[in-house]
Amino acid sequence: MRLHSIGRPSSSFDPILGRVTTAPLDDLEARGDHIVLVTEDTLPRFEGDFEGYAGALSPDSPEEDIPSDLPSVWEVGSLDYLGDGDVVQLQPSGTVAVFFRSGSLHNTLLTTERCNSYCLMCSQPPKEKDERHRAADILRAIELIEPWCPAMGLSGGEPTLLGDDFLRIISKFKEFLPLTGLHVLTNGRRFEDRAFAHALGDIRHPDLMLGIPLYSDIDSDHDYVVQARGAFEQTMNGLYNLAEAGVLLEIRVVLHAQTYRRLPRLAQFIAENLPFASHVALMGLEMFGFVHKNFSDLWIDPVDYQPQLTAAIRTLALSGMNVSIYNHQLCTLPEELWPFTCKSISDWKNVYLEECSECGMREFCGGFFHSATKKHSEHIQPLPMPSPAEERQLRHHLNLP
Amino acid sequence: MSRQFRDRTAFQRGDRSYEFLPFRFEPFQDGVLLVNDVGEHLVLDTNVFRRLLNRELDAESTEYKDLKAKHFIWNGDTPSTLRILATKQRTRRSFLDGFVRLHIFVVSLRCEHSCHYCQVSRVTTNKSQFDMSVETADRALDLVFRSPAKTLKIEFQGGEPLLNFELIRHIVLRAEERAERVGKDIRFVVATNLALIDDDILGFLRDHGMFVSTSLDGPAFIHNKNRPRPENDSHQRAVDGIRRVRDFLGPDAVSALMTTSRLSLDHPIEIVDEYVKHGFDHIFLRPISPYGFAIRTQRHTGYEVDLFIEFYKKALDHIIDLNRQGRAMTEVYAQILLTKILTPFPTGYVDLQSPAGAATGVVVYNYDGDVYASDESRMLAEMGDQSLRLGNIHADSYEDLFGGELARRLVDESVVESLPGCSDCAFQPYCGADPVENYATQGSFEGHRPTSAFHRRNYALIKHLFGLYYSGDTFVQDLLWSWVQNRSPEDLLRRRTA
Repeated sequence: MRLHSIGRPSSSFDPILGRVTTAPLDDLEARGDHIVLVTEDTLPRFEGDFEGYAGALSPDSPEEDIPSDLPSVWEVGSLDYLGDGDVVQLQPSGTVAVFFRSGSLHNTLLTTERCNSYCLMCSQPPKEKDERHRAADILRAIELIEPWCPAMGLSGGEPTLLGDDFLRIISKFKEFLPLTGLHVLTNGRRFEDRAFAHALGDIRHPDLMLGIPLYSDIDSDHDYVVQARGAFEQTMNGLYNLAEAGVLLEIRVVLHAQTYRRLPRLAQFIAENLPFASHVALMGLEMFGFVHKNFSDLWIDPVDYQPQLTAAIRTLALSGMNVSIYNHQLCTLPEELWPFTCKSISDWKNVYLEECSECGMREFCGGFFHSATKKHSEHIQPLPMPSPAEERQLRHHLNLP
Repeated sequence: MSRQFRDRTAFQRGDRSYEFLPFRFEPFQDGVLLVNDVGEHLVLDTNVFRRLLNRELDAESTEYKDLKAKHFIWNGDTPSTLRILATKQRTRRSFLDGFVRLHIFVVSLRCEHSCHYCQVSRVTTNKSQFDMSVETADRALDLVFRSPAKTLKIEFQGGEPLLNFELIRHIVLRAEERAERVGKDIRFVVATNLALIDDDILGFLRDHGMFVSTSLDGPAFIHNKNRPRPENDSHQRAVDGIRRVRDFLGPDAVSALMTTSRLSLDHPIEIVDEYVKHGFDHIFLRPISPYGFAIRTQRHTGYEVDLFIEFYKKALDHIIDLNRQGRAMTEVYAQILLTKILTPFPTGYVDLQSPAGAATGVVVYNYDGDVYASDESRMLAEMGDQSLRLGNIHADSYEDLFGGELARRLVDESVVESLPGCSDCAFQPYCGADPVENYATQGSFEGHRPTSAFHRRNYALIKHLFGLYYSGDTFVQDLLWSWVQNRSPEDLLRRRTA
């Protein structure tokens, strides 16, 4: 699955967002929200009537039928992954950026590539670039996303760097997509500003959760991981301000060589000081971005931190907190932790290795990030089939049918 | 173009000094147990404790980090620490929010039992003399609805409150109507020996979602001895009553309380087993209260507090064994203490709070219109000591009753932070004060800790629970947490059940 493709632009035009359609629309006004996906199959349906559409895109060469002033991108290569209801942006460079895939449970909008932290293991290293239109693009995309979309993630960079535009985006989601659960990945530092936290709470979004990382119970250790002095302090104040403002919170901990040692203490710290968190996610390392740069500082075979992970899960679970393990393969975890795992990896990132083909637990295992094919635990091995009782229990806890 | 990554030292503090945040300590196992002002605790090796006090700990050591994260020390770098502590302090005291939530109505002083340890009851048929009047009940309801609490609880007591069930009916209907009008949530509990329960009464309790609290002191030979009736059938009536209430109102609508008498002390196992036998999954091992007839009949039912502590430990061990064998059973007093020890949250238990629950969490309206700060206060009054009477429903205003000199003194003199002997006790954040018991047994609200049974008991039980928690037995640790959460260990740890 790709999130953008490049083709040849028809002429110069301003970036255009639209909902993909493969069939003609009668309503002229509605056409303005749509971009026609032109293929051999779809072209005849339009009978030469392209009036009022926002644009067109096609894997093929330019079609004579299509007016030359209609913003179009041609020769995009395979567009098999696109279909009706998807929201895309045609860019003057010929890039076709996908904002939303209809029917996927893992849609995410990238709000900004800028960040005020510089985490050792950042999977999406921050970039300084011209982003003046990004907030406007997202606000526009929200109008185009189908209202039955069940869930949407907002990620970055650091979304709160958008400031008031961040609040506008959340408000607009509430207005246009009230049924869509919103999950925002943020470092929470900007919520040190109590007024900002309360402004978010005051939107009263019906289904909003902020996922905020905390890497240590000790300020200097956390600050080191995120490479920002004072970040722990800002995040802790942010968490308290958000809780006070009634915003639901998830605490996220990425496990690696710089975080696993104090993990049991961090779990206690969370249970005792952040009991208002709705969810705690303990996550395996993704082999993306800065991880390659800092590999020797970060890598630890997940099997080697199981004592710490087990202690942390016990502490959080006994404290009555809702805790999950993300991005771990069952063969790297002791059995008592299996019920805490989730099949959490986004569908387009998720793969299995050759060893997994004979595994009896594969159906219950989240597998790997595609990136993990390069580096993964030394202990990946096929497991036997579960007993019927084990299987029932896992289906129950992993929400599988 | 891209930034350089900086190593750990770039984020560490050069200055190694640290300051102490308020904490207290207690020798524990081979080391020291530290407890801070908001109840967070840490067990330290004696040697580390000494280095802590001498300010010799290295800022990068595990011990330093543990102490910092648990809020025993800080270096000024993290002002959020003070905010966290303030929030936790507010949370721990949130039992004060809403002021008086539990309103006890003594609807009749009459009873057909004549229990040895009973403080107040009268065996008589003279209704007019010992029953609450409708007029008094209505005036008491006016006071109930002056309470700012969003959630109110009315408990009917006696004597045997079912002897005046017509008045209970009246109060419930009235209170429901008023609660609905002002948007409050109201619950009702009847404390009854169940001897007089009938289908008519049960139907009413069911229709109004009421709960039943009854007494079960143990097997028949203990229960009937503690709770004499002319027919010697109190136990049978209680057991039959419990079954009927469950059939009628559902399995969770009835809870039982046990009172420990001298006779009980020799039978911890039998008492716990009796609760198992009758399908209870909770038991509250309560000491006998030192009031009323209980004080007067010391020789018959009184005993040294140490005997109770031994009794409690034996019973608790047995309860743990039962759980090990797969029979779920919670001891409620341990549940209350452990919630205070292991979580930042308060409990609704009014008898172990600071300031005390008397007059801030609970109030008693006696049958004759007199108002008392707690159930025990009116028992003292029945013995002839009126000094804990807040006033009278018909003579005094809400402000006089709840904000008068006596109410203020009860609060002032029950703050453990300022009580001699409590102020430097490591267990202070988990404990509370009982000015009424102090007054009854020691002659002053402040009391005298070295000779206080209240102190001796709570100190011993809290220390015992710490010992169990740190015994190294994972089963016990899981179980204690499961009591705190009121969920089974299997459920909490997502284990497969058989």
